[in-house]
Amino acid sequence: MADLSSTFVGIKSPNPFWLASAPPTDKEYNVRRAFEAGWGGVVWKTLGAEGPPVVNVNGPRYGAIWGADRRLLGLNNIELITDRPLEVNLREIKSVKRDYPDRALVVSLMVPCEEAAWKAILPLVEETGADGVELNFGCPHGMAERGMGSAVGQVPEYIEMVTRWVKQNSRMPCIVKLTPNITDIRKPAEAAARGGADAVSLINTINSITSVNLDEMCPEPMIDGQGSHGGYCGPAVKPIALNMVAEIARNPETANIPISGIGGVTTWRDAAEFISLGAGNVQVCTAAMTYGFKIVQEMISGLSQWMDEKGYASVDEVVGRAVPKVKDWQDLNLNYVAKASINQDDCIKCGRCFAACEDTSHQAIAMSEDRTFTVKDDECVACNLCVNVCPVEGCITMVPMKPGEVDPRTGEVVKEEYGNWQTHPNNPAVWAAE
Amino acid sequence: MPNSQLTPGIVAGRLPDDSYAENFADLHAPLDAHEAQVAADRCYFCHDAPCVTACPTSIDIPLFIRQIATGTPEAAAKTIFDQNILGGMCARVCPTETLCEQACVREAAEGKPVMIGQLQRYATDRLMEKNRHPYTRAPETGKRVAVVGAGPAGLACAHRLAMHGHDVTVYDARNKPGGLNEYGIAAYKAVDRFAEREVSWLLQIGGIRLETGKALGAGLTLEALREDFDAVFLAIGLAGVNALRAPGEDKAGVEDAVSFIAELRQASDLSALPIGRNVVVIGGGMTAVDAAVQARLLGAQNVTIAYRRGRDRMGASKFEQDLAASRGVRILENVQPKAIHGNGSAVEIELEYTEETPEGLKGTGETFRIPADQVFKAIGQTLEGAPEGLEIAGGKIAVTGAGQTSLPGVWAGGDCASGGDDLTVTAVAEGRDAAEAIHAALGA
Ligand SMILES: Cc1cc2nc3c(=O)[nH]c(=O)nc-3n(C[C@H](O)[C@H](O)[C@H](O)COP(=O)(O)OP(=O)(O)OC[C@H]3O[C@@H](n4cnc5c(N)ncnc54)[C@H](O)[C@@H]3O)c2cc1C
Ligand SMILES: Cc1cc2nc3c(=O)[nH]c(=O)nc-3n(C[C@H](O)[C@H](O)[C@H](O)COP(=O)(O)O)c2cc1C
Ligand code: SF4
Repeated sequence: MADLSSTFVGIKSPNPFWLASAPPTDKEYNVRRAFEAGWGGVVWKTLGAEGPPVVNVNGPRYGAIWGADRRLLGLNNIELITDRPLEVNLREIKSVKRDYPDRALVVSLMVPCEEAAWKAILPLVEETGADGVELNFGCPHGMAERGMGSAVGQVPEYIEMVTRWVKQNSRMPCIVKLTPNITDIRKPAEAAARGGADAVSLINTINSITSVNLDEMCPEPMIDGQGSHGGYCGPAVKPIALNMVAEIARNPETANIPISGIGGVTTWRDAAEFISLGAGNVQVCTAAMTYGFKIVQEMISGLSQWMDEKGYASVDEVVGRAVPKVKDWQDLNLNYVAKASINQDDCIKCGRCFAACEDTSHQAIAMSEDRTFTVKDDECVACNLCVNVCPVEGCITMVPMKPGEVDPRTGEVVKEEYGNWQTHPNNPAVWAAE
Repeated sequence: MPNSQLTPGIVAGRLPDDSYAENFADLHAPLDAHEAQVAADRCYFCHDAPCVTACPTSIDIPLFIRQIATGTPEAAAKTIFDQNILGGMCARVCPTETLCEQACVREAAEGKPVMIGQLQRYATDRLMEKNRHPYTRAPETGKRVAVVGAGPAGLACAHRLAMHGHDVTVYDARNKPGGLNEYGIAAYKAVDRFAEREVSWLLQIGGIRLETGKALGAGLTLEALREDFDAVFLAIGLAGVNALRAPGEDKAGVEDAVSFIAELRQASDLSALPIGRNVVVIGGGMTAVDAAVQARLLGAQNVTIAYRRGRDRMGASKFEQDLAASRGVRILENVQPKAIHGNGSAVEIELEYTEETPEGLKGTGETFRIPADQVFKAIGQTLEGAPEGLEIAGGKIAVTGAGQTSLPGVWAGGDCASGGDDLTVTAVAEGRDAAEAIHAALGA
């Protein structure tokens, strides 16, 4: 059996599945039940400074989008950081950590952008026996207007400054949680690294409006006839998060900083994907909020089965395995030629591939009188659209052509050697060099 | 002239040779990967799911279906086997329409439950086809347990005990293990010798010695077993059958449905198996339906189930009744056998209409006759060969808790023990739970 145990910035947990800082980790009751269900660790719901806690709206906090069969694909929220008193949270953190010494317990923090505020809270957290802190520079609503959350996370200089304060005023490992609401994720990650962060975690939620109530002419979720943008998460954000994780992992400036991958992790496979792109562990929020704590069992059994099948003995062996294959477009091999191929035994003759290709792409699928769909190799550019719209997984595949064969579309012989845009004769830069 | 459906009497080979394989093919073709994916996607992963409660072995159904949905059917199979080591057979024979699938929230919402049974088969088949046994034994305890009866109850008990490191000897009166899985279940529910393959897969755990052809009562005594072993588990099923108590019961052509099915299950050539032209099955349970349907599949021209009460009281589920109807079996309700007529061999059966009265079921006095050259009795099995000295309750070995009998050190489960429905899955649950109780009692 593969070893799923994980050590992330020195923090040990029996598996790499942590619950992200959010409602599932907002109180002792939840966290104890999460640990009983098998979660390897939690990042406690973000704590604010001492004093009267923030208040949440008393109407709906969530909006959502659904796929077929009302499967929840994306969730949006306007919740703030914890609205429970600091001392209550600290007491509970201490009690849980004492009873679950083998689980990771990291405390998320968001206090005003002043060194005194950080100096005040860090010793209180340290005193609980928690394993580390995560700095919430990501929350895109409510807190940002108060100069916290993503308001800090969008300014690399602030990230660096606050991270440095934390490292100077605490012995605890410090994870900096990044907001995706910026144009280049590498900049805040570099700033965190410069400030001395032990790791970065990403992504926090994405600014969003999920829907508009057309009767009330008001965005959802609607609070007494008004709505506000909220943070988007769940399966829909995974592609954005994966790219951001990969960008940090392959950026020479940040390549060595550990990453905690967050955003849409719903199955063991999602987790394996984050890990292969450089995440040392993953954090989960929406999947737990949709299906309950029990889903971690599937994540554990699935990851361990897959690792066994692939011969990976530990999670560390998987971390970053796919990173070397993440390239810029200009590095891709333009001499590689593939053609779509439809398996007639699997085809259910729905014609979706035909509609997609005929109406919107390259007119490379033929339809016969009896609804047999076949690919015209002399038109197919191997764009993959048919594969993606086909309802039957594995029915349409991309078959690479062999070097030496003639591509019926271009009439050219498929070349054996690699050749990218940088050397391509159509590239103006290539002529300029000549 | 070769025989046909119209040939009078009880004869073999009523159908063209190639019809048999087709008729006795898998009742539900196994799901392929795409079908399994689509079916698994429908599961809502309910909290404290009602399907789990409805499963006598409490398989974590939402978890295993999610494991299928995420591409790890082998992990799904493990989730199933953790609770039910005969999950492969149960996937084929459980009346899911009255168990897990009846409880499915999508049955309530749309009248279309998630295909739990089919998905269970998909998962267990994927693991079993690798012919790898997923469990290992705990260190040997040195304790020895005798299990009598190698049906689902006995096998489930033996496997769990072996897992805990105990040394198990399983005795069975028959030549082959499996109990009714091997001799009773309808042929089209467990094709390709599945019962046999499942037993050999199960025995791969090790630590289980199988002694077939050894019957309790004939050479083997409970006293001796109690002396030689640290504990005894009785899982002898129901070996006897109820009598019709109607004149003519002794005529040729009147047979026990279970014997007919056992013979059919063991037949190497179905075309050599004689079957009547006009078959009447007396009873209303699963056995009656199985006998009737299989009689039709063997080529009987007319097959009638005669049940003494209304359809809603039948032991066979709506699904089973519909299956019978779809195979051309006629179901007569509210009739009871009065006599079987014929000169030496059955020719006709005389039935009397019945009605429910405050004093119970009564014949109305009105009778009628239908042709019957073969009559199958499927009016219930009875406990037979239970050792002396055991308390009996309601015709079964009385048990309390997880199968504790009135004798210390002796447990019982499955059809032979009191409590629970007479189903494969219930037998598995009882065998497993008794094993846990024995393990606890042995204090190893
Ligand atoms: C025709 C038929 C069809 C059925 N179809 C279904 C179905 O589709 N789905 C379902 O869930 N259930 C079905 N059942 C019920 C199911 O088969 C039983 O509930 C289940 O097999 C009970 O398991 P068991 O281990 O208690 O007994 P059995 O399976 O009966 O096994 C008992 C074993 O004990 C052995 N034995 C008996 N006496 C002695 C003795 N004195 N010494 C040693 N060994 C002995 C027998 O040879 C046998 O191997 C069906 C039953 C019948 C009869
Ligand atoms: C209701 C809700 C509240 C959240 N609150 C916090 C928070 O207090 N601190 C924080 O760092 N992230 C918070 N998040 C963001 C999550 O921790 C996580 O980064 C995000 O949801 C993406 O992961 P997911 O797709 O698995 O949900 C919250 C998310 C949700 C849905
Ligand atoms: S989940 Fe439903 S019941 Fe629970 S607090 Fe929210 S609105 Fe209320």
